[in-house]
Amino acid sequence: MTAPAPALRRFGDNLRAAPRRLRDSLFRSGRPVSDRTRASFVFGNVFLHLHPARVHRWSLRPTFTLGLGVMTLSTFLVALVTGILLMVYYKPSTALAYDSIKDLHFVVPTGRFIRNIHRWAANLMVVGVLLHMARAFYTGAYRAPRELNWVVGMLLLAITLGLSFTGYLLPWDQLAYWAVTIGANIAQSPREVTDALGITAWLDAGGLQKELLLGSDTVGEEALIRFYLLHVMVLPLALCTLLAVHFWRVRKDGGLVRPADAEARLGPAPQGTWPVFTEAPQKTYSLAALVKGKTAAVGRGPEGTVPAMPHLLLAESAALMLSVLLCVLLSVLADAPLKELANPAVPENPAKAPWYFLGLQELVAHSAFMGGIGIPTVVLVGLGLIPFLDRESEGTGLWFGGPGGGRLVALSAVYGLLAVVGIEAFAIHYGWIREWWPKAPQLLITLVNPGTVLTAAYAAWSVWLVRRHDSTRAGALGLFTCFAVGFLVLTVIGVHFRGPNWDFYWWPSQWPGH
Amino acid sequence: MSKAAPAEAVERSRLDPEPIPRRDFLGLAATWSALATLAFAALGMLRLPKAAVLPSPSKKFRVSLPESLAPGEPFLAPGRPVVLVRDGLGVYAVSRVCTHLGCIVQPSPAGFDCPCHGSRFAPDGAVLKGPAPKPLQWLAVSSLGAGSYVVDEGAAVPPGTRVKA
Ligand code: HEM
Ligand code: FES
Repeated sequence: MTAPAPALRRFGDNLRAAPRRLRDSLFRSGRPVSDRTRASFVFGNVFLHLHPARVHRWSLRPTFTLGLGVMTLSTFLVALVTGILLMVYYKPSTALAYDSIKDLHFVVPTGRFIRNIHRWAANLMVVGVLLHMARAFYTGAYRAPRELNWVVGMLLLAITLGLSFTGYLLPWDQLAYWAVTIGANIAQSPREVTDALGITAWLDAGGLQKELLLGSDTVGEEALIRFYLLHVMVLPLALCTLLAVHFWRVRKDGGLVRPADAEARLGPAPQGTWPVFTEAPQKTYSLAALVKGKTAAVGRGPEGTVPAMPHLLLAESAALMLSVLLCVLLSVLADAPLKELANPAVPENPAKAPWYFLGLQELVAHSAFMGGIGIPTVVLVGLGLIPFLDRESEGTGLWFGGPGGGRLVALSAVYGLLAVVGIEAFAIHYGWIREWWPKAPQLLITLVNPGTVLTAAYAAWSVWLVRRHDSTRAGALGLFTCFAVGFLVLTVIGVHFRGPNWDFYWWPSQWPGH
Repeated sequence: MSKAAPAEAVERSRLDPEPIPRRDFLGLAATWSALATLAFAALGMLRLPKAAVLPSPSKKFRVSLPESLAPGEPFLAPGRPVVLVRDGLGVYAVSRVCTHLGCIVQPSPAGFDCPCHGSRFAPDGAVLKGPAPKPLQWLAVSSLGAGSYVVDEGAAVPPGTRVKA
């Protein structure tokens, strides 16, 4: 018996050690049991290192963020995965699209389930992004130094709506065809103004927008390909890029917003949380000092923070699991709709856009330009300007923080509700200028219609609040609340109370048969 | 030489404004030409999605009116969003594409109703109610004889234009 050659022995030892070494190279810092290893668990991993090593307890309170940002992200991830699965069968051509969706729905194993999940995830993402924006607004999270992240957030909102809208066309059924026909003609609606001024022949911005969107003058093959391209490539890539910016900015702006006296408000950490720093006599905060702004833990030490691993990761996983559960539950309960094959000769009656656009459709039913472009532009510009106009600091990091607080928000909600219900009820009951005076110039109706009157009423309320409380924040709180309530009420009217010919009905059961 | 330079600069700036230094000029020129190149390239790329020829089907179509069509009664051209009417003065065609947001209006006892946002139109296309900003378009018709007509959906004509039956 000769002893094995040393090289061969080393080979054998290495082979045996390979699994352990693979594990060590994956989880480099060992088990996350100490402060140090928990920190390096987070920043030693490419996917986790978007997180800080430690987070403030204020940011972890479920009643503060409501988990909405993470839930929006989760629904996006769900839609991404299910969307890739749907692409296995979907064929983006007018001749085949409808049949391929039908196959997915009725033939492909788990096809209907996956399609349902995709549809529900997309809807939940829209709900999530709206609520997340409201959260950021009401906690004053847009204020300096977070202005840029608020603007990035608005782009994310636009892309989210764009994703939903482009996806809506792909089944090529009646619902899809007419919703997109209406959408494309809204893009064309600046013509309502250029026509009234008689300058369309020279300056046809509306026509150009529609042509770029559809690649034709009607919704057809070209439009389907363009929407498909936007839906599966352009918009998801843009969203992912901006999400990276969004999350990076959250870190650079010193984590989530919190009031200056957050620690006092929180009181001592409850039992069972991982301990805050015990002692770190050598620690210098030179890195933290590079982070601009008041909220960075400069010179204050990281009291009130807990390790991101496990606290933040557990909270995020909970939000992810909850979103997945919601998507799956809803998909079991309700199927994604699929109407008859698109028919360019006969519109659906009523032809309704996706629910999140029905508030707009209600406005569009008064004036295409104002409802579809004028008022949304005013709202978006207003939202984008908020962080640059409100330079106050009272109430930052608190729900409804600011002069007036919750009471002001409640009052504004009541005012917003009365105004929108009043104006809609008036228009539904008495009609509008065209019915009283058929020869009325179009420019008058474009300028004065229920949508613009409502916007003016909300703006007046907000101006009054600014003067009364001597604070921009008070006006912003009032205006945002009014628009949120207005959006909600108009959406409910569009979804529930509008029937054939966009007439008003108390119940869908009263719709005349057709 | 190095001592004299600053003095000379001061001297010159008092007499006439300091000329743009060569280095700055080159730097600015480089920056702006890079930006102009990018803008030009972006415009060029945006040119691609704007089609030169719209791929929609031909706007002209042929239609025959039945002998039995009563005067003033609307005839829906099959497969086209157009209505034709024959009356005492001749034949005319009206587009059924709503001038609001492009839904197809449906005939009703009073004229036409739009299913999308409730615009109502008179039989001659005038707006009676709702958000439509303009009357329905009248379209160019030409007669081929023997009750046959060619309608051009792409050619609007002033309301009231008829062709001899
Ligand atoms: C695709 C859509 C979006 C996703 C996935 C997303 C995700 C997130 C996440 C995960 C956070 C961390 C805090 C949290 O969970 O609440 C966050 C923070 C933030 N988001 Fe978004 N977001 C989206 C859209 C928006 C929109 C539409 C706005 C507002 C216009 C916005 C404004 C902000 C702001 C200002 C913060 C910082 C909050 C703070 O410091 O407290 N985001 N976002
Ligand atoms: S499309 Fe006809 S009323 Fe809107």
